[in-house]
Amino acid sequence: MTKLIYERSRPGRRASSLPRYDLPTASVPSELARKSPPRLPEVAEPELVRHFTELASRNFGIDTGFYPLGSCTMKYNPRVNERLALIAGFRDLHPLQDEGGAQGALELMWRLQAILAEVAGLPAVSLQPAAGSQGELTGLMLFRAYFAARGESEQRREIVVPDTAHGTNPASVTMAGFQLVGVKTDPRGNIDVEDLRGKVGPQTAGLMLTNPSTLGLFDENIEEIERIFHGAGALMYYDGANLNAVCGISRPGDMGFDVVHINLHKTFSQPHGGGGPGGGPIAVRDILEPFLPVPAVIRNDDGSFGLDFDRPQSIGKVRAFTGPFGVFVRSYAFLRMWGDRLREMSEVAVLNANYMLARLKETYDLPFDRLCMHEFVVSAQTLKREHGTTALDVAKRLMDYSFHPPTVYFPLIVPEALMIEPTETEAKETLDAFCDALLAIAREAADEPELLKEAPHDRPVKRLDEVRAAKHPVVKYAFDEHPSADVGPSAVAAEAPKGV
Amino acid sequence: MTEPHPFLALTDSDREEMLATIGVASVDELFRDIPPGVRLQRELDLEPALSEPELVAQISEMAAHNADTSRELSFLGAGIYDHYVPSVVNTVLSRGEFLTAYTPYQPEMSQGVLQAIFEYQTAICELTGMDVSNASGYDGATVAADACYLAKNATGRTKIVVTEATNPQVRQVVKTYAPGFGLEVVEVPHVDGTTDPKALAAAAVDAAAVIFQQPNFFGCLEPAPDLASAANEAGALSVAHVDLVSLGLLEAPGNYGCSLAIGEGQSAGNAQSYGGPHYGFVACRSDYIRRMPGRIVGETVDVDGQRGFVLTLATREQHIRREKATSNITTNQTLLALGGLVHLTWLGPQGLRELGETCMSLAEYAKERLAAVGVEPLFSDKPTFKEFAVRVGRPARDVVHDARARGVHPGYALGRDYGGMDDALLVAVTEKRTPADIDRLAEVLAAVTR
Repeated sequence: MTKLIYERSRPGRRASSLPRYDLPTASVPSELARKSPPRLPEVAEPELVRHFTELASRNFGIDTGFYPLGSCTMKYNPRVNERLALIAGFRDLHPLQDEGGAQGALELMWRLQAILAEVAGLPAVSLQPAAGSQGELTGLMLFRAYFAARGESEQRREIVVPDTAHGTNPASVTMAGFQLVGVKTDPRGNIDVEDLRGKVGPQTAGLMLTNPSTLGLFDENIEEIERIFHGAGALMYYDGANLNAVCGISRPGDMGFDVVHINLHKTFSQPHGGGGPGGGPIAVRDILEPFLPVPAVIRNDDGSFGLDFDRPQSIGKVRAFTGPFGVFVRSYAFLRMWGDRLREMSEVAVLNANYMLARLKETYDLPFDRLCMHEFVVSAQTLKREHGTTALDVAKRLMDYSFHPPTVYFPLIVPEALMIEPTETEAKETLDAFCDALLAIAREAADEPELLKEAPHDRPVKRLDEVRAAKHPVVKYAFDEHPSADVGPSAVAAEAPKGV
Repeated sequence: MTEPHPFLALTDSDREEMLATIGVASVDELFRDIPPGVRLQRELDLEPALSEPELVAQISEMAAHNADTSRELSFLGAGIYDHYVPSVVNTVLSRGEFLTAYTPYQPEMSQGVLQAIFEYQTAICELTGMDVSNASGYDGATVAADACYLAKNATGRTKIVVTEATNPQVRQVVKTYAPGFGLEVVEVPHVDGTTDPKALAAAAVDAAAVIFQQPNFFGCLEPAPDLASAANEAGALSVAHVDLVSLGLLEAPGNYGCSLAIGEGQSAGNAQSYGGPHYGFVACRSDYIRRMPGRIVGETVDVDGQRGFVLTLATREQHIRREKATSNITTNQTLLALGGLVHLTWLGPQGLRELGETCMSLAEYAKERLAAVGVEPLFSDKPTFKEFAVRVGRPARDVVHDARARGVHPGYALGRDYGGMDDALLVAVTEKRTPADIDRLAEVLAAVTR
């Protein structure tokens, strides 16, 4: 068991050295002063580095191995991007620096906006949203502002979301003050257009759609869907979570969408960082540009770059400053290394996914028998019915083969779903090894199902009791129950040196 | 032959074999489900691809056009601060196992980041005196909107009170989110740089939440316990927006009755980075744990009884609860929060206290030196922490411009956010500014304010 940093703590140790100036000590008024110090860890620097190195060794990233988590676009994160984000001119730039002292940062953002506009097929971009779900919410705020300006805000209360959507879509609908209207999926995996027709009318503010969907399928009726919504005076939002499938091939603007968010941490290679940060810029049609968040990043007539706060119809601000700038540096660098070859990125992502699908579809159930885009969904329903092994068991067993599992049990409309997204950056040998593992696991399910049910076998922990975690939440270290005197020094000495 | 791209691994023969396995003749055929009418019938209009050396040269050239704080002596703060980020932060954050991992949906593959978040949650709870912390929000502004949504759902009330001395960017974000939440926002003016608890109590009637900042946007110390009481007595959730670096010296909000403590984490562990990415923190009393937005890591055991960590209470979240979720957040700021944990671990309780004292002593020294050249504090009778406002006797924007011409950025011009403060400048001091730097600031302000 790995100790917590608090269990390594000993009173009197510290890792920090700080400048000391010959000045009188200042103190806060006693009624506002802290009574007892926070129990932060007390460790020297070597112990600090070892602790977090040990934690790193108990984690799995793209750098460790294949990570085909569907809808997450776990592609390689180029290291040059990290180097560039840490250049002092970017890293140490204050967000309130005068525009004249931030020309390089503003230029980079302006150029990134231009690339994103071209990829999205929509003319105006705001880089401000911090992640995809904030992009969604921002887009819905734009819908509301647009209809308010037209005097239709009381009338248009409903947003249509298909049953395959990410959970963020319905959550954003509620947070933006709209009402959710669900729409079904048809037998080919497209939106059920007949169901849709009955649900769109003068009360409709818009649609939120992921295309290709979370099934990895491009909606073949997208042109008809566009006519239904725009014909009813409603707007269309494109959830860009799956944009990696279509860069340079089909643009959301050309499909008829009015707003798109782009997940810089998926399509454009900002590392996921164990949960974030991300970036969720939005690109919009000209009719929505006046409502975008402030400030806008602009190029002035004299060729300099600036921030424009004078947007009287703006919805306001959705986060501080102009957005997660370090993310912009990384994604801009990524996009410049692809340049005019960007289409090839999506082509190979789609090729890789279809190749895996072709290798797996005889063994796993295929809910929709079509070519896929950049990801696909198969089901472990037959394995479950015949051998009692579930999608979760398959996922856990993949860990024994040193792979990160795919997304499981999503989208919700496919039982025992395994959602696999290889991305463009994987070698054929890796795709083959993963497919071989999934095929071997299907055989194991028949021959030795307990191998799956007890998996994983050699991870740092076995299956964890998630019910207990939720029923009796322990969400911070309980100092009082573990007084530091009871905790011995790190017991690493007992382990024999490797290779002896 | 296809020109190899550094981020792709497929050879031409790989592609041929794969197409044969799929049973199509070309890559184009893979896109046959996309109606021709919505396909792009041309190449993207983008510049040619760059090699890595060309890329580094071009982007470094852009970075050279920025006046960063390693090149310009800066006293800018106003929410983002030039604190020293210790070397160990980047050492840890550069580890590919952290950097290139996704949200830890599969705990057996992700014990490292799960344990790190658990340790982060513990540190935030220790600093704020709260029972529960989430794994992070986007920034110090969006977590205020999160608090409003939580408060509305917890109280059923529809008014939010926020002090005018709270960071203007925070207030703007709250006002942008509020209509969607069905909330109205009421601002309580400051009186000589701080908030009057009586005025706040009057405004707090029927409010879902009362948000105040400590130290406030002007750097002044609010009568925070009295503000929290004013909110609590009205049945509103009291929400303190705090600076982690101040909490070695200042009392934890949980110890003076607040329901929530939120804030911008950048001071602990993150570079300024032109405004992001940073992390916002949200901590609350246990009463609100099931209303918290975002990820929470909990301790549990595996089938062998060994301690382990998992994402927990997921029934609050969008992927389970969908339109009834406590928030739409999914991607958060975990890596930046990990930077915060590493920095706070590096400091320890002694280091945190010393850091606070050093910033405060330097700020007091700066007040004296500026007063000595005729640049007087705006709110002279109010104690401050690491930041304070001064009157510069002419438009502060012009003073900033003229001081920058002399190589010093003297601070933030308050006139953009506060009427009647066109001649006010907000000056921030961190441990990276020396007494000699402050002497230089005084010298330059003496020259440009008269």
